[in-house]
Amino acid sequence: MSTTDKASTEAPHDAPDTEASAEASAEAAAGAQLSTAPLEDAPGGPVGIGVLGWARWFWRQLTSMRVALILLFMLSLASIPGSLIPQNQVDLMKVAAWKKEHASWVGVAEKLQLFDVYSSVWFSAIYLLLFISLIGCILPRSWQFVGQLTGRPPAAPKRLDRMPAYTTWRTDSSPDEVLSAARGLLGRRRFRTDTGTGSVSAEKGYLREAGNLIFHVALIVMLIAFAWGQYFKSEGGKLVLRGKGFSNTLTQYDDFKSGGLFDSDDLPPFSFTLDKFDATFERTGPQRGTPRDFKAYVTFSDGAHGAPQKREIQVNKPLEVDGSKVYLLGHGYAPVISVTDSTGKVVYKDAVPMLPQDANLTSTGAIKVTDGFKDKDGKATQLGFAAMFVPSFAGEGEGTMFSQFPELDEPRLALNAWHGSLGVDSGLPQNVYQLNTSKMEQFKDESGNPFAKRMAVGDTMELPGGQGTVKFEGIERWATFSITHQPGAGLALAGAIAAIAGLAGSLFIQRRRIWVRAVRGKDGTTVVEMAGLGRSESAKLPEELAVLAGALHERAPGAAPGADPDTETEPAEEEAEGERA
Amino acid sequence: MQLAVAANESLAQLSNNLIYASMAVYTLAFFAHIAEWVFGSRSKVARTAAALTPAKAGAKAAAPAVQVRSKGSTAVLDKPQVVTRGAAGSRDVPDGPGAAGGTVQGDLYGRIAVSLTTLGFLLAVGGVVARAMSVERAPWGNMYEFSITFSTVAVGTYLLLLALKKNVRWLGLFLVTTVLLDLGIATTVLYTESDQLVPALKSYWLVIHVSTAIICGAVFYIGAAGAVMYLFRDSYEAKLVRGGKPGKFATSVMERFPSAASLDKFSYRINAAVFPLWTFTIIAGAIWAGDAWGRYWGWDPKEVWSFVTWVAYAAYLHARATAGWKGRKAAYLALFAFACWIWNYYGVNILLSGKHSYAGV
Ligand code: HEM
Repeated sequence: MSTTDKASTEAPHDAPDTEASAEASAEAAAGAQLSTAPLEDAPGGPVGIGVLGWARWFWRQLTSMRVALILLFMLSLASIPGSLIPQNQVDLMKVAAWKKEHASWVGVAEKLQLFDVYSSVWFSAIYLLLFISLIGCILPRSWQFVGQLTGRPPAAPKRLDRMPAYTTWRTDSSPDEVLSAARGLLGRRRFRTDTGTGSVSAEKGYLREAGNLIFHVALIVMLIAFAWGQYFKSEGGKLVLRGKGFSNTLTQYDDFKSGGLFDSDDLPPFSFTLDKFDATFERTGPQRGTPRDFKAYVTFSDGAHGAPQKREIQVNKPLEVDGSKVYLLGHGYAPVISVTDSTGKVVYKDAVPMLPQDANLTSTGAIKVTDGFKDKDGKATQLGFAAMFVPSFAGEGEGTMFSQFPELDEPRLALNAWHGSLGVDSGLPQNVYQLNTSKMEQFKDESGNPFAKRMAVGDTMELPGGQGTVKFEGIERWATFSITHQPGAGLALAGAIAAIAGLAGSLFIQRRRIWVRAVRGKDGTTVVEMAGLGRSESAKLPEELAVLAGALHERAPGAAPGADPDTETEPAEEEAEGERA
Repeated sequence: MQLAVAANESLAQLSNNLIYASMAVYTLAFFAHIAEWVFGSRSKVARTAAALTPAKAGAKAAAPAVQVRSKGSTAVLDKPQVVTRGAAGSRDVPDGPGAAGGTVQGDLYGRIAVSLTTLGFLLAVGGVVARAMSVERAPWGNMYEFSITFSTVAVGTYLLLLALKKNVRWLGLFLVTTVLLDLGIATTVLYTESDQLVPALKSYWLVIHVSTAIICGAVFYIGAAGAVMYLFRDSYEAKLVRGGKPGKFATSVMERFPSAASLDKFSYRINAAVFPLWTFTIIAGAIWAGDAWGRYWGWDPKEVWSFVTWVAYAAYLHARATAGWKGRKAAYLALFAFACWIWNYYGVNILLSGKHSYAGV
């Protein structure tokens, strides 16, 4: 009951008799243009002839509320597969794993673009249609709204008692006094008023419509911002050792991705060095080993010759320079290794980053000595070491070479030594963390077993046959950073804020009309009638009408009772109303 | 340091005890509600059927129901009374009298139930706060904490609506039952020792994003409960209009609920009121993701389902504004949208792995 939106321009289809339908159309006029929502057409076929008729029909369908609703529903359904099947865009490894597990489905899934749902033809089609529909909906609504802004509220319908909220009383004040008091009252409450014969019409809440339009426009702004971001974004990763630096040019990245229209000249010039890296972990309790805090202390300079500044980068606190953001992604250890050949010449000394394999930073990597090493016969050869590093060794005899804790409690480095050709000259890109041993031979110990050794910091390992020595000099840390440039993020944020503001206006503001009629009755007193009509479904309308009526009643107090034999009490009605209010 | 740890552990223990105590009190409230419904069944009201009989409806159409109360001579001083009228095409049915059915005893038990619910709520609030103090952060780092906060907010919303004199006591039994279920699952299956957060979860955006997410979920839940009740009551009224005879039990229960139109509006208002907050939640999440992971939106399963939920609620709001989609179809959409929300909370956390998986579930 009460104030459902009968204000919409549709007339009830099944009006029982002509009187009722006449009334209904009078009501419809009173509610006309209370919103700019498009009228519901009956879903009929195209009217008119030829291509133009069909085009017009198609356009009307596309921009109707019904189709917008269906497209919205389809969009929500279409987003679902992307959460159930791994996406190329999110995690290539998971996609590969899924493909292995569901080999028989791969063909179908690929045809349906199920690994790229959010850039697939069908997903794009739905949201593009939705946005075309949205534009086709907003344009005419905006025009209509501008028209309504300068319009006047419609005249009072003949039967005010047919409106969703209604009240009446008799007063001794004259109709003119009542109406001018009503005009003043409504005007002060920032209603827009218009005077008819014997009545005042008033309307308020135009901001609702404005809010709704702003919200829908903001959706378009956000879509444009996302598209802009997709085409111009860039994103790259870089591993930086403590004490080393990075400067923002394409060649310095370990890996780099960018949108279709990105130009590498767009990379803003800046650089930073990693001064220090701190990581703390939970020492006790069931979540022992869980990371608590990561901090990278960097010195950065903005621009090619900017003054150096100190900053901390944390997981949730990227460094922002010149429109780019530098995020801290991961961290790990880099044992420092030196290699000496049989003549005692140091041919290699470097910190070698190891790739973490588990939460306790059990790490693996490869040490590659590409040039400078000569074997005992003076022949140049390459050395390779497959390395495993644990920051907290379980202890001698504990068997496993898995780390017990992510911090450097008991660091150990285990090496397997190889010689031969590393294959780095073949031109194929190589994984720096893995040894390609296809053209290498493993060093063997006296009894012919593969030569391997586990070392603590400061230990030295002698290669069999006096070929040279390898020393575990110390441990460095490294951190990985992701450097992203996301144009359009500001625009998207502005759109998002506008969307929320517009939405709040659209949902919380009520557009409503109030009418006051005052006519002289047969008994000489004035009959005052007030009615209210709202578009949205709020309980507030009857309350507001009661307040307004109360205020007007004070100016035009009730006349002596009993004058009108027509009015009588119906308690049930009153009670029911009281419950709902 | 050791002292602080001990203090935190005793706070965590206190929190657990408070949650158990609130469950015990909610259980009592549950029985009080049952008593309310049982005593209420003695009342013999059948106003709905009366309002829907063709004779009465015809009479109504002929003579508009506009009456003005004039209380004898005091009418001069009376404020004018506002009369409201149903929208064209909707059934003109009064709301039911509530679970107590207007019986004195039923009403008494109903009041006891509400008082107990309030007490249980206060205990649960204490439990959530003690948990927050024991971990020295906002208590939303894992699903256990999420669940206890969720049910507490849902009950808080219900009590707030009651305090605002909204007609929501019909919700009591349903809410208390499901809250007990939620707390039961939380304390058994989802329980996680109190602990601090992994670095990715450490941000004030966590406080904003997760707290609004919980509030939205809890309020959407109440909206969904309204939609379910609407569907039942609407079938009941439709059956009466067709001249059908619902069973005795159905009549007794359904008669005491608000009218379908009221329930429908209740559900709409609740859902519409939190939709902007849900929009904000998603945007706050995107900002947080931007800071933590270097991208605002990456179609992570959690993000996908938040988006699905959002679009589904947008579809629901559209449905409400579109003739031919109002009523039952809109209610199904609201339930679909809420199902998406729940799935995002339980299903995605447990079954789909993504960046949003928390430590210890
Ligand atoms: C991009 C997807 C869209 C979203 C997320 C969306 C969302 C919303 C929301 C949340 C509302 C509720 C506000 C209210 O009830 O006042 C709304 C209202 C509205 N929308 Fe959309 N909308 C979308 C597309 C469209 C399209 C394509 C049309 C046109 C065909 C449209 C026309 C309307 C109209 C006329 C209203 C106001 C209904 C009323 O006055 O009650 N929307 N929209």
